[in-house]
Amino acid sequence: MSDTTFLDSTELVLNMGPQHPSTHGVLRVILKLDGEKVLGTDCVIGYLHRGVEKIGENRTYAQFNPYVDRMDYVAAISNGLGYCLAVEKLLNVEVPARAQCVRVILTELNRIASHLLWLGTHALDIGAITPVFYCLREREEALKIFEKYCGARLTTHAFRIGGLQYETYDGFEQDIRDFNKWFLPKVDEYEELLTNNRIWVGRLKGVGVLNADECKEYGVTGPVLRAAGVKWDIRKALPYSGYEKYEFEIPTRENGDTYDRYIVRMQEMRQSVRIMAQAVEAIPEGPIMGKVGKVIKPPVGEAYVSIEAPKGELGYYMVSDGSTQPYRLRVRPPSFVNLQALDRMVSGGLIADVVAIIGTLDIVLGEVDR
Amino acid sequence: MAATPWDSDLPRDLKAHFAEGITETSTYLGQNFLVAKPDSVIPILEYLKLEADFDYLVDVTAVDWPKRAERFDLVYILYSFSRNERIRIKTYIPEGFKPETATGVHLTANWLEREVYDMFGIEFAGHPDLRRILLPEEWQGFPLRKDYSILTQDDRWVQENLGIPSGQ
Repeated sequence: MSDTTFLDSTELVLNMGPQHPSTHGVLRVILKLDGEKVLGTDCVIGYLHRGVEKIGENRTYAQFNPYVDRMDYVAAISNGLGYCLAVEKLLNVEVPARAQCVRVILTELNRIASHLLWLGTHALDIGAITPVFYCLREREEALKIFEKYCGARLTTHAFRIGGLQYETYDGFEQDIRDFNKWFLPKVDEYEELLTNNRIWVGRLKGVGVLNADECKEYGVTGPVLRAAGVKWDIRKALPYSGYEKYEFEIPTRENGDTYDRYIVRMQEMRQSVRIMAQAVEAIPEGPIMGKVGKVIKPPVGEAYVSIEAPKGELGYYMVSDGSTQPYRLRVRPPSFVNLQALDRMVSGGLIADVVAIIGTLDIVLGEVDR
Repeated sequence: MAATPWDSDLPRDLKAHFAEGITETSTYLGQNFLVAKPDSVIPILEYLKLEADFDYLVDVTAVDWPKRAERFDLVYILYSFSRNERIRIKTYIPEGFKPETATGVHLTANWLEREVYDMFGIEFAGHPDLRRILLPEEWQGFPLRKDYSILTQDDRWVQENLGIPSGQ
């Protein structure tokens, strides 16, 4: 290669991942660069593909329940809730009020755990090392409650089709109250570290902007959509599991940049505490399991049910042929759909911001690849 | 409980516009869906986006029914933020039929259709980038088809790329 061609060449292809600390798993991004500027990307995914949908077609409804925890393993309880709701929809069964209430508490606690892991790793990517220790410390307390409730910390398999398997343990309510009281000042602490931190603001403001129209065009949901100014949350729009009973706000921001997404998620944690605080004072007495037979055999038909998972709209489209196994089980993963917008968000920006943008999308590769 | 007719202004309006293109409008478990002819799907998506504000394509997926003449169900799930309404559009296509891509209407269809192609082998006509997305490019077979057993692997790919002699 002569010197002139070397100087003339403007396009450089750089491979990032799949083994890279900032891709949050096994995501491979092929970057086309002009100097430090990103011209375009190509995501290579599928390294964690386990064929979850195929497995679902070959297991009974109850057998498949623990598998869904392995998709978004950071928010396993949300996955389980969505799955149980979808099967309950097909069966057309009512879940007892007590079970619904406990489900809401655990799901919101899981949302906090998921957002904490996001905050810690996102800050770590950007170069702030302290928050990750704090976040994992607080997340630990949430995981301890899961462990006390069902024995597992991460892939919890907390819910059953029709309700809950386990009654709450003695002192569950007090644990939640204590967590709430202890946790809110911690959020202030993170905000003190980051919100007005000059480096943090400088690295995030105006980076990876995705406006409301682009979000809708790409099907992007969750905090990313809300940071772009769309006040939309499935818990409010199409309530499930009794969310209509609780008072909470949908935090939104206008700019749709990485900084706004940070603010939205921080506020969501406060709202989750608010929901838990209301729910824990109103756990009704009664059964925890609805009228579901030992053998789960939904009638022939199909249904699509989605929930507001920490990452966005998590949907299950299920087709039943009247047998004990789903005929078709489709998971609509928020991470997969949100990741598609990565190209739009990083193109035209700097290579250093790619890491910040992957972090702000809050993807979990187990869910992207399924 | 069987599907009941979907009684609302939207299906009447759609039927008036697309007449023969829509063969069924129903509700099951409180969820509305319509069945359309394969050629009408993209015009319906476009019409719903522009005229009825269904601006969010939630999902594109397929269902395999190997014994049926039209082997695949192709399912589009749509949502409208302003109406707070979710609907499904279904169409039945035979094997080898190449449905038109929805990427011209909703950008998000790009990866969703790639996944349908990857898992079912349904090729979308006019898709800008129709490659496998989750499985390796050279993989043979389409795993979510019913005739693809759960134990099936692409033995040759596994032997060549992972160095496992048995291929399993």
